[in-house]
Amino acid sequence: MEKPLTEHIKSDGTWLSLKEYEKTGGYRALRKALSMEPKAVTKLVLDSGLKGRGGAGFPTGKKWGMVPMGKDAHYPKYFVVNADEMEPGSFKDRWLLETNPHQIIEGAIIGAFAIEANFSYIFLRWAYHKAAKAITHALQEVYEAGYLGKDIMGSGFDLEMSLHISVGRYICGEETALLNALEGKRALPRAKPPYPVVSGLFGKPTIVNNVETIANVSHILAKGADWFLKLSKSEGAGGTKLYGASGHVKNPGLWELPLGTTLREILEVHAGGMQDGYSFKGVLPGGGSTDFLIEEHLDTPMDFESVQKVGSRMGTGTIIVLDDKTCPIGMLRSLEHFFAHESCGWCTPCREGLPWTAKLLDAIDDGRGKMKDLEILEFQTKYMAPGNTFCALAPGAMEPLQSALKYFRADFEKHIHEQKCPWKS
Amino acid sequence: MTGKQILSEKEIAEIKAVFKHFPVKSAACIEGLKIVQKYHHWVSDEALKELAAILEMSVDAVDSVATYYNLIFRKPVGRHVILVCNSVSCYIMGYNEIITFLQQKLGIEYGETSEDDRFTLLSVPCLGDCDHAPVLIIDDDLHGNLTPDKLEKILDSYK
Ligand SMILES: Cc1cc2nc3c(=O)[nH]c(=O)nc-3n(C[C@H](O)[C@H](O)[C@H](O)COP(=O)(O)O)c2cc1C
Ligand code: SF4
Ligand code: FES
Repeated sequence: MEKPLTEHIKSDGTWLSLKEYEKTGGYRALRKALSMEPKAVTKLVLDSGLKGRGGAGFPTGKKWGMVPMGKDAHYPKYFVVNADEMEPGSFKDRWLLETNPHQIIEGAIIGAFAIEANFSYIFLRWAYHKAAKAITHALQEVYEAGYLGKDIMGSGFDLEMSLHISVGRYICGEETALLNALEGKRALPRAKPPYPVVSGLFGKPTIVNNVETIANVSHILAKGADWFLKLSKSEGAGGTKLYGASGHVKNPGLWELPLGTTLREILEVHAGGMQDGYSFKGVLPGGGSTDFLIEEHLDTPMDFESVQKVGSRMGTGTIIVLDDKTCPIGMLRSLEHFFAHESCGWCTPCREGLPWTAKLLDAIDDGRGKMKDLEILEFQTKYMAPGNTFCALAPGAMEPLQSALKYFRADFEKHIHEQKCPWKS
Repeated sequence: MTGKQILSEKEIAEIKAVFKHFPVKSAACIEGLKIVQKYHHWVSDEALKELAAILEMSVDAVDSVATYYNLIFRKPVGRHVILVCNSVSCYIMGYNEIITFLQQKLGIEYGETSEDDRFTLLSVPCLGDCDHAPVLIIDDDLHGNLTPDKLEKILDSYK
């Protein structure tokens, strides 16, 4: 099984230096890209079926292709790597950033070339101290080697890249909020349209891509679209995927597997199944803002379409496992307090609705709940549904709740009838 | 403005060095706040005023940015800042036990600083280390797979 993203990761956890990275074939893809037409690079990425790994699964080549090109476009354009990774339960980008920063930098230079961007930023979350060191060091090496700066590899292409370390807040990961944060402002989302591809950072055309998305780019350039498509088990979408699992499984961790590996294989083979004494109750398949799936969904391939078909989202692909010894209402309570706390406060349904939701869950979990509260919770999931709020934070917050109300209804009712949490003795 | 200047020449130079990465000075606002905090451990009203002048922004505009972000401290903090992940995977893996232990051991709640000024206790969202939950950060160090016993030893190493 091929693992292009992780095969060269060193077992001692230190990152690959420029020299080591070049020994694995690093920066050859960049040389190749620079000899091509920018549009041909985008076409290759489109043909590879690479879909965004930040959660939404938007085809990367299609996004790049929406950037205005040529003489009439507004310059400078920007290429931004989204390394904010704050989705609860997600820890995949960190691994890539800490172990092989050059893979991301090379991908970003190729991406910037494809859209004719002359400035690039890596937007990193504050908590990733080791990743910050790895990137800082790698950027220095790349500048010294002449792969960044003026006239890269004699191609006439200029690119400046720098690292921005954030100061917290989940909403910074939302791409338009991220752009405001990069501009030194409060990270409030912006109205779309206009989309960042047309009017992004400082009002100029901008691409924002997730770390894992970018990590794939050099491999696509080096080995081609067909090779990439064949890595995946899913029709029309290419590549491997970093899958993770946390919770009471025997072997929590991360694995690079063909896109479309089933939930069951990830949990039973790679995560080793449940720890002794715990049995499986459900999962959030791709981070805190995805709908619960249960036993009957275990044979679902983990790709964008298949997970959507069974009523959830693949999201970040890092699976949070709920066991029988953990109260699902308590788990939701933790989640909704997170979302309420991280709401940017810009639009009313989210600013008011999320704290209300969190308080209702507090009441139910503490044994003060009423049956009517379940109706109010149902109402909240509609009130904050997609389209009713300014950005996708609040609808994301409703995904675990609406599915819990469906699958774990009996647990809600037990809390209310017994006026206590059955999991607390 | 009266009294002594808070920001040193070194800090000012560091803040101004950020300008070259951006087309407008105000884009250096967050970096500027981080630089101030790096040297003073928090951002006082006086420091904020001086920073605003460097950025050519109004004091209110800088403060609105400073108060928006979780990790810009507008109040003094202890010698070490403990950031406890209170998100979902840590919740499942024993967050309650960890926070109860910390609050009892240090005698403080979230948002407070211990009497000896040694620790400030804060909660943070998911630290991206969920496969080692429960997790927390002290200063810049990540500690995972925590149990109260293990945490007790870890705390001892921060004086
Ligand atoms: C509330 C919120 C938080 C987000 N956080 C992240 C994040 O931390 N990292 C990320 O790559 N995308 C995040 N996204 C998705 C981004 O807005 C954007 O779709 C993504 O960076 C695009 O990259 P991709 O096409 O490569 O997936 C978030 C979206 C929302 C609504
Ligand atoms: S949905 Fe929430 S986070 Fe998004 S803009 Fe509205 S208040 Fe802000
Ligand atoms: S939930 Fe605590 S580190 Fe992710």
